[in-house]
Amino acid sequence: MMEFILVFTLAILLGWPLSKYLAAVMRGAPMGGDRLFAWIENPIYRLLGTDPGRGMSWRGYAAAFLVSNLVLGAIVWLILMTQAWLPLNPNDAPNMSWDLALHTAVSFLTNTNQQHYSGQAQLSYLAHLTGIVTLQVITPMMGLALVVATLRGLFGGRAPRTAGAGDDRAVDVGNFWADVIRPTLRFFLPLALIWTVLLTSQGVPATLAGGPVVRPLDTLVSMQEQKIPLGPVAPMVAVKQLGTNGGGWFGPNSAAPLENPTPFSNLLETLALLLIPVTLVLMVGRFTGRRRFGALVFGCMLVMSLMSSGAAVWSEGFSATSSDIALMEGKEVRFGAGPSALWASLTTQTSNGSVNAMHDSLAPLTGLVTISDMLINAIWGGIGSGLQQFLVYLMLAVFLAGLMTGRTPELFGRKIEAREVKLLAVLVLLQPLALLVMSAITLAVPALTGNSNPGFHGISQVFYEYTSAFANNGSGFEGLGDNTLWWNLTCVLLLILGRYPYLVLPLMIAASLAAKRRTPDSAGSLQVETPTFGLTLIAVIAILTLLQFMPVLVLGPVADHLALIAP
Amino acid sequence: MVNVISSPSTPDTGPVSDQDVLRASLGLAVVAVVLFGLVYPLIGVGVGQVLFNDQANGSLIGDGERILGSTLVAQPFAGEGYFRPRPSAVDHQPMAAGGSNAARTNPALRERIESARQAVADREGVPLDQVPGDLVTQSGGGFDPHISPDSAAIQVARVARGRGLTPAVVSELVRAHTQGRQFGWLGAPGVNVLTLNLALDALAPPRTPE
Repeated sequence: MMEFILVFTLAILLGWPLSKYLAAVMRGAPMGGDRLFAWIENPIYRLLGTDPGRGMSWRGYAAAFLVSNLVLGAIVWLILMTQAWLPLNPNDAPNMSWDLALHTAVSFLTNTNQQHYSGQAQLSYLAHLTGIVTLQVITPMMGLALVVATLRGLFGGRAPRTAGAGDDRAVDVGNFWADVIRPTLRFFLPLALIWTVLLTSQGVPATLAGGPVVRPLDTLVSMQEQKIPLGPVAPMVAVKQLGTNGGGWFGPNSAAPLENPTPFSNLLETLALLLIPVTLVLMVGRFTGRRRFGALVFGCMLVMSLMSSGAAVWSEGFSATSSDIALMEGKEVRFGAGPSALWASLTTQTSNGSVNAMHDSLAPLTGLVTISDMLINAIWGGIGSGLQQFLVYLMLAVFLAGLMTGRTPELFGRKIEAREVKLLAVLVLLQPLALLVMSAITLAVPALTGNSNPGFHGISQVFYEYTSAFANNGSGFEGLGDNTLWWNLTCVLLLILGRYPYLVLPLMIAASLAAKRRTPDSAGSLQVETPTFGLTLIAVIAILTLLQFMPVLVLGPVADHLALIAP
Repeated sequence: MVNVISSPSTPDTGPVSDQDVLRASLGLAVVAVVLFGLVYPLIGVGVGQVLFNDQANGSLIGDGERILGSTLVAQPFAGEGYFRPRPSAVDHQPMAAGGSNAARTNPALRERIESARQAVADREGVPLDQVPGDLVTQSGGGFDPHISPDSAAIQVARVARGRGLTPAVVSELVRAHTQGRQFGWLGAPGVNVLTLNLALDALAPPRTPE
């Protein structure tokens, strides 16, 4: 319980000042460290050949995002397939197969961090740093850039006099390169260094040396020797937790004592799950200058977050299934059940995907909470992607509320019309299409499935894996035998479908809205910044996402729960 | 070029030049790999090595000559005079780290827990319902260094017998190696099995098995 209260309180208390700072960073406002940072940033802008003050149209912005992702993905793919020949490989990790390397590169590129490998044995230190950490730093900042550009568009673009011109290519949504570089250097990396040092103080390794091999103390055991894997773990765990990444150094992630050694490190890592996503939401009001709009987003997300985390902690720690002798299966003694359930809910709300207990072995209802969080994917959500998804729900709710009350659906004075609604519909339909079709095919061919648990839970395992890939979450019901050509390639497809359309299409919609003439607010316009609309919005989210997946949720976690409590 | 609207604040409205985007993308990739993938983590490693040298190198325990283990990595124990750690899905090998990932409704999990429960009850001479859950379930990481205080308590009598010590002495040692909730309110209390067994060895060597 203590962890529950502390994590939410600290995230809001720390997020408040951080959001003020981040808003200034993203606006390009003058600030204290300008001279120091200009010294690092200006050479970078020269190398890139860009003028950070020059704006881009939404097309230029999206092209920059997509091309830079292609380049980064290709580089990391190559590193993973050649790591055995590169330096800094004390544990002799072999080269990855092409399909596993492709899945790993795309998984980290999409800020998902789904892992079909075990890092301590299958990745070199160099691949961990230049491949994994590189993407864990830059991809959350790219998500941030996209949502900031979308917010600029929603409020008419950076140079408002270009708004309303009828041409969405004239709308200035910002400079992509500056939007990535500035927050990385001024906001994300300083925060990550603080977390690195704090985590090291608790016992997370930070070394370039290979781990020692020890002989067990008791000579009667069958084990001959035990290798203790070490490495530059702390800097990776810091960005893994802070950047809604989730991919750990060790296979079992933050359940491994070397990745999460103490209850205090667990508090730090749980707080880090929530900190930047909350900061980002608190930034919305400051960045757009619409405090009431910021309050609407924050209020909706906080309500859903408390409900989800409350349900998970109740299910794991206080419900009928909490007295089960198997409660501690997949859990660690130093945390106990409550903090494990809190983590499970927050890691799926924020699209992080790191774990401190094995989700496969959680109570079925806790599993239901985690799957629901990932289906919604906008309770805080991934850095940038969560807010972007929330904007999709917001525009849908505006459209539906407009239909219900007979008012013109408009957002901030601009009409939502057929073109925008069609784009929104693509996003709404893509999710069930991708998840249900892929789950159905995989379950229909037992040779492809690879699930390790029988019965209803086997269905949950497959659905969880695809939901996690599509939500760019990365956690898993890890008993699944998922390092196969089938799983690697189908997950790659879902990782891409779950990332790029959901970041780019809202930007396109925002630019399209910005190009429209703004009509002043009147008594006839829909008021979105009210508690009533907030409740409507939450209802739309629940109905849209949960109802369309009701059959599979009943067949999976719900039936699993009923089977468990049956006498 | 005669477009008078063009000014520094209007976006690049013409078709985006592929060359510009490619050059900037390559530049960004270089910056990311060097600055974010190497410089940042190496600064972190350097600071950790200076400020928290012991922790940064894996919280290792040594006897002056060789490394005996890490306080964060469980070792298996089988002897009568030793406390046992939690079962592991990966035989306590951190290089293979992982949990069982067995679902609560998996019959194999139930059978495994029941047989482990019976074995613990027989070994420690306690009734079945007094066997704590953490001592018969596999941890998430596969090398959980702790057991709950209850799990330590039921092993005290056997360990004392195995070393010719009184249970009171062993209980006292268990208390000394119990980590309470951190700062009094975080996490759950646990007993570090490896450091406890090392302390037992220092106190009285285990009897050789007959």
